[in-house]
Amino acid sequence: MAAMAPALRVCRGILKELRASIGPTYNKSLAYNYVMDQFRKNKITGERYCRAQQEAHHDSNTYLCLLGSTRTHLALHKMYHGKGECSQESAAAMVGLRLPTQPGGKGWEK
Amino acid sequence: MFRRLVRLQGPLGNILSPDKVCPRNQQLRCAVNYSSALVEKGRFYKDVSISQSEGGLYEINLDRRKLKTPGGKLFTAPNEAMAIAVATEWDAQKDTLKYYTMHLTTLCNTALDNPTHRTKEQMISAALKFLETDTVCYRVDEPHSLVELQKNEWDPVLHWIENRYNVTIGSSSSILGPAIPKETNDTFRQHLKSYNFWSMTGLEFVITQLKSVVLAIGVIDRHLSVEQAVLLSRLEEEYQIKYWGNVEWAHDYESYELRARTAAGALFVHLSSESSTVKRKLMQN
Repeated sequence: MAAMAPALRVCRGILKELRASIGPTYNKSLAYNYVMDQFRKNKITGERYCRAQQEAHHDSNTYLCLLGSTRTHLALHKMYHGKGECSQESAAAMVGLRLPTQPGGKGWEK
Repeated sequence: MFRRLVRLQGPLGNILSPDKVCPRNQQLRCAVNYSSALVEKGRFYKDVSISQSEGGLYEINLDRRKLKTPGGKLFTAPNEAMAIAVATEWDAQKDTLKYYTMHLTTLCNTALDNPTHRTKEQMISAALKFLETDTVCYRVDEPHSLVELQKNEWDPVLHWIENRYNVTIGSSSSILGPAIPKETNDTFRQHLKSYNFWSMTGLEFVITQLKSVVLAIGVIDRHLSVEQAVLLSRLEEEYQIKYWGNVEWAHDYESYELRARTAAGALFVHLSSESSTVKRKLMQN
């Protein structure tokens, strides 16, 4: 029932995610070497229905999902929840109000 | 040449735990501080690497320091794949450390420290308790299109697991939920006993995230993909979203977080329970 993307697309997806999260040196990273190694090892099989190959395919899909969704989740967090507290002026400005000012001070301030 | 002792001071000034002071000659023993959630820790290392120790366990090195769990134990991964995945999580951190994105690290820490001191039997019992209120078995009566959707999407998974494990689960729209026969519980208990402690930690995590034993087993047995399982788990929400509209900062945020956690849990289970050997087949002409 698990209709999954073909292996090549998963592989490229994982490499794209690694490049996005690690940076330009991703092709020297441990994960890159391991993933490429695993894909090469499982590419050729003598069986018609090779369980190890199916399992590896599912695991690679899972890992792609993990990398992609953590990155997306982090981006969403930064966009919507990362701002922290804002000042009184900006909180008021959010609803189109301004803070009241009293020229001359309140009298009891220095 | 004189060398000044580098004192790492937190923002709390003099209230330092012994862990935070790292004199140069003790660099290798420095614990990675998980400290409080309020203080944002910056990325203090440049390179992440793994090394193998005795017993076939793998350790993570941040520059020259060994990674430790929040409980103070040395962080050890059972195999190379897990170690590489954890190292990648640490390597993906940019200027600040965001622990909530390091799911595999958190799972490993939980398995290593076991902070709540639970046994495997307790975890199995807790997991099976979820079966009584399994999402996939809990149906609504109305609206009619949602009832249809639940039938079309959830029934196939229920049939699959009933066939696969030779059990009866059934679904119910009453508030009490389905009545799970004792044989079903026993069968699942027997099956869950075959997982080791680490895999059980991961499996319980997936069950808690998906709110369903059926869907969790579906993912672990590789019958469903992670995206499919998350969709099925959030079926009613997706139905409402299609009707009322999507709110990115809530719906998408939760959806991607659930996907990330479930994927991490599933990968954790698979990596903890696998063992691979390479057998060379001779080419026969």
